[in-house]
Amino acid sequence: MKIAVCVSHVPDTATKIVIGPDGKSIDPNGVTYVINPYDEFAIEEALKVKEKLGGETVVITLGGEASKETIRKSLAMGIDNAVLLKDENFRDSFSVASALAAEIKNQNAELVFMGKQSVDYDNSIVGQMTAEILGYNCVSVVVDLKIEGNKIIAEREIEGGKEVIETTLPAVITAQKGLNEPRYASLKGIMAAKKKNIEEKQPVAANNKLEILAMKKPAPKQPGKIIGTDASAVPELVRLLKEEAKVI
Amino acid sequence: MANKILAFIEQRSGQIKKSSFEAAKLASSLAEKLNGIAEAITIGNEIQDLPKIGNYGIQKVTHYINKELENYSASAYRNITAKHFTENNFDILIFANTALGKDLAPRVAVKTEAGIAMDCVEFNYNNQEIVVTRPVYAGKSLIDIKITSDKKIFTLRPNVFAAGTPSNNNAEVIQINVDNPNLADRVIELKKAEGKLDVAEADIIVSGGRGLKAPENFKMVEDLAAVLGAATGASRAVVDAGWRPHSEQVGQTGKTVSPSLYIALGISGAIQHLAGMRSSKYIVAINKDKDAPIFQVADYGIVGDVFDVVPALIEELKKVKG
Ligand SMILES: Cc1cc2nc3c(=O)[nH]c(=O)nc-3n(C[C@H](O)[C@H](O)[C@H](O)COP(=O)(O)OP(=O)(O)OC[C@H]3O[C@@H](n4cnc5c(N)ncnc54)[C@H](O)[C@@H]3O)c2cc1C
Repeated sequence: MKIAVCVSHVPDTATKIVIGPDGKSIDPNGVTYVINPYDEFAIEEALKVKEKLGGETVVITLGGEASKETIRKSLAMGIDNAVLLKDENFRDSFSVASALAAEIKNQNAELVFMGKQSVDYDNSIVGQMTAEILGYNCVSVVVDLKIEGNKIIAEREIEGGKEVIETTLPAVITAQKGLNEPRYASLKGIMAAKKKNIEEKQPVAANNKLEILAMKKPAPKQPGKIIGTDASAVPELVRLLKEEAKVI
Repeated sequence: MANKILAFIEQRSGQIKKSSFEAAKLASSLAEKLNGIAEAITIGNEIQDLPKIGNYGIQKVTHYINKELENYSASAYRNITAKHFTENNFDILIFANTALGKDLAPRVAVKTEAGIAMDCVEFNYNNQEIVVTRPVYAGKSLIDIKITSDKKIFTLRPNVFAAGTPSNNNAEVIQINVDNPNLADRVIELKKAEGKLDVAEADIIVSGGRGLKAPENFKMVEDLAAVLGAATGASRAVVDAGWRPHSEQVGQTGKTVSPSLYIALGISGAIQHLAGMRSSKYIVAINKDKDAPIFQVADYGIVGDVFDVVPALIEELKKVKG
């Protein structure tokens, strides 16, 4: 079976965000980029499925030249092949999903893993959209997965519990923390990854349906009140919550 | 421009979700602003109190009913919602940004060729044009966006848009039987975290971090939550240590919450934790380190030891709450 993993190259979660000169996006200067944290769970799951059921894995990334760093990391973890859909421009989720779907089809991948969301725009919808475009089934926010033949049993996180979902291949699975423990790349894997070829392609065009008008910083919070340093401050805290904040 | 606006009403086990009332209210106020009309759609088996959607300004609710639709099925819910949205010529569709909303809305968007903006926290109007604001980069920035396609879908961050005081207007409920729902995916089991209020839905959250020192000390967090009728939450540090389940984790790799009151006990307030809770209306922090970043977002803080302050807080609240 051909297994595709879609990964994105994003600013490290601890990065300080500075708005760029266009007023619509971040200033990339001084920002450290990393593999999207949820995508590591996706890669790990792809590797586990391959170890169990056999097949071939391919990582697909839509992004600029710099994304190659993230692709190398995926290869070092053990992914077999890589495709970079090279595009430096802004694409909305639908446009990204269209490009990924076209390449997944081209690869003939029946099983696709993605992170449940990418930590830049935090949309959490590319997996579901890609599945819709392909006509594949999809389970999002998955914390447990079993595949037997054509059948998929996946647990997804919901408010106050989990849904156990039964569906069939072909499918897109989006990974949530808890699905597995991503492995570290071995030295051998890192060396091997350097030699592997990253196939560069032009992604299919798709129109954006969203336009970003402006990026801004959230209004700074008023510095709060420090009420005290021990239990004697408790009555005052309770009074404030009751009378000032009116939340209890 | 006449605008037809549809609110998606979500049910679980036959109960309407609170965040769906917020979606209904927003749909009806959008309709007022844009001189349009607002209706609602819901899918499920028996659903309690459906006419109550009328309390939030919606006059007509279409209920697609079938026993097999009681639990969520992405394929079936997508087919029904997309068909209803297009065939009745709606322009705008509104969901709550819940586990179901996040899963279903993008699928309907693809099916109906609608543009979609997720997790909106603000709606503004510029000459009848809607401009929404949503957090990006884990809440470290906000973007203003416009959907350029004709059909538009928005999901709303729960607890941000007030549903307001309910009126006494009941909505007309139209039932449509779904003969063959044709499920390509189905829920075969619902695993509920028994008797526990989930952080994603709670109005008050009491969260504990590594400052609690050991898993057994979370008894104190639970006791405080019990007096307040709150959900218990946790930082990633204690979830990773195995002290608390992942379902309680608040933050970038956990859940995003916007309760009216968030109490952080022994939590440093790392950027990834703040990402999940900074939009809470009121934040209380109890931490013995006066330089802990959590104090930068807290409305009220006590620089003190949780083992000293929390038991006193539980006692005081018991007194006040009688
Ligand atoms: C990609 C990524 C994603 C992440 N996602 C999340 C996420 O979703 N959620 C999350 O929470 N974190 C997340 N983190 C981790 C985050 O960076 C922090 O490590 C974590 O939030 C720390 O948890 P903590 O505040 O409980 O522990 P610590 O940082 O150890 O802080 C404990 C605090 O308790 C205080 N304390 C100690 N003893 C007492 C006492 N007796 N009384 C009062 N106060 C006391 C200390 O002063 C300290 O401030 C993520 C990190 C990364 C890299």
